[in-house]
Amino acid sequence: MISLSHYLVLGGILFAISVLGIFLNRKNVIILLMAIELMLLAVNMNFIAFSHYLGDIHGQIFVFFILTVAAAESAIGLAILVVLFRNLHTINVDDLDHLKG
Amino acid sequence: MRHALMQFAPAFPEIFVLIMISLILVVDAAVDDGKRFLAYFLSLVTLAGASFLTLRDFSTLPVLTLGGLFIDDPLSDVLKLFLYLSVAIVLVYSRDYLRQRGLYKGEFFVLALFALLGMMVMVSASHFLTLYLGLELLSLSLYAMVALQRDSSVATEAAMKYFVLGALASGMLLYGMSMVYGVTGSLGLGDIAIALQDGTDLRIPLVFGIVFIVAGLAFKLGAVPFHMWIPDVYHGAPTAMTLFIGSAPKIAAFAFVIRILGQGLESQVSDWRGMLVILAVLSMALGNIAAIAQSNLKRMLAYSAISHMGFMLLGILAGSQNGYGSAMFYVLVYALMSLGGFGMILLLSRAGFEADRLEDFKGLNRRSPWLAFMMLLLMFSMAGVPPTVGFYAKLSVLQAVVEIGYVWLAVAAVLFSLIGAFYYLRIVKLMYFDAPHDAAPIKASPDARVVMSVNGLAILALGIMPQPLMAVCIHAIRASF
Repeated sequence: MISLSHYLVLGGILFAISVLGIFLNRKNVIILLMAIELMLLAVNMNFIAFSHYLGDIHGQIFVFFILTVAAAESAIGLAILVVLFRNLHTINVDDLDHLKG
Repeated sequence: MRHALMQFAPAFPEIFVLIMISLILVVDAAVDDGKRFLAYFLSLVTLAGASFLTLRDFSTLPVLTLGGLFIDDPLSDVLKLFLYLSVAIVLVYSRDYLRQRGLYKGEFFVLALFALLGMMVMVSASHFLTLYLGLELLSLSLYAMVALQRDSSVATEAAMKYFVLGALASGMLLYGMSMVYGVTGSLGLGDIAIALQDGTDLRIPLVFGIVFIVAGLAFKLGAVPFHMWIPDVYHGAPTAMTLFIGSAPKIAAFAFVIRILGQGLESQVSDWRGMLVILAVLSMALGNIAAIAQSNLKRMLAYSAISHMGFMLLGILAGSQNGYGSAMFYVLVYALMSLGGFGMILLLSRAGFEADRLEDFKGLNRRSPWLAFMMLLLMFSMAGVPPTVGFYAKLSVLQAVVEIGYVWLAVAAVLFSLIGAFYYLRIVKLMYFDAPHDAAPIKASPDARVVMSVNGLAILALGIMPQPLMAVCIHAIRASF
């Protein structure tokens, strides 16, 4: 039998992977976008698990909104990425270092 | 409190703003480049109309509507009026700047109004869903706004950093919300407050959730240690966008924090107070010390924003109605000072020249004594020198902290603001005692000069008579809690 805590641990692990992906990744901005997506999915996992075990539908409705916003968010993220590539001719995270101080 | 399942009247200002945004989108697509002032004009009309609607239906009692998603209370009405005001000031200051840089397009106005709509929803949210949607509408508009200057590599880099860290913050906030949902079984702030009233046996997951929520809020406020994006975004973004990001969203962020911590998680004040104390002390320390080392005014004001958010958190962590009221006063005053500070950079800039380095302010007194005097008032107010309003704002949050017995925190805050006074007064010294190295005439438009004068004199007038605004803030908090 899969219990609530199994789902929460899975959600926690996915969330941790995505945060590490954002902070440890030094190569590619696209990986950052993937990590952000994974983070929102980890949250969705939590919401659905809670919603099921509480017998409350609201959590699942929230998940639909998160999915929709995540789509809009990646659209804007990719658009900024395209503009960035046009200006800098690279999407290497280490090259984003013009602003310092 | 009145409950209404489907009553649209409290949301009329939001609906009006949305309709006007759609109208501006259509109108702007139909006109050619010579008639861009139409979008500008319609945006100001939108703000005036929304102010009228908010004032007409000014609520005296909280009204919960749209199935508990949306609340219209005196707090939200007062904050909304200040949001309209600051967006209007941003539009006036940035018009010439945008025109000179080829950014004077419908997109800017539409994004600014969408951001405003997001802030209005945040301010009026009474449910995790509306809080999240409002926040995302604001954030997504701001990311796009920062990247609007497509040929500037620093602006796009700033937009990318803003996007990644902003999305991380939203993720943290959502993770915390999911934990709170799991513990309480509800998403509405009122229901959460009721569920937590008598304590809960699931304390560990609840505190775990609160940690993530506070981290997400700190990211959005720009409190240390979650401040990394603030200097880069303020510096890299075109100054008109910096002006926007540095003013109205701070008011919305205040409302956001008050709604979640002050209304939803009110009974858990002992859990989040300690976290806010750490954030506030670190923000005031790092913000004021790092600002000294800056040679770019935008970057300096960014660190100053971090330290001001630390001060604002002092009022919130007091957890009392006086504390919330003084934090509200602080954030409204800060928005006004920030508008003036970044607005001055816009007024002194011209085509192909950004007046964003400290040396650009050298000898401003000889070039324009009046603008130099306005800048002097703004800098004195940010430093907290009486009789400007910044002094009174700092005093009132310190009072709130002392009331709950955190005298050491008040002492630390005063010491940090003394350090901070150094870099604000350095600007005053540059303006009054150094020779100008740029003698070009200042070509600010008359309306921007008038608004700047009103802005600067309001800082002085509010400092001499802070009581009316303070009374409004305290009343709004009392009537809404």
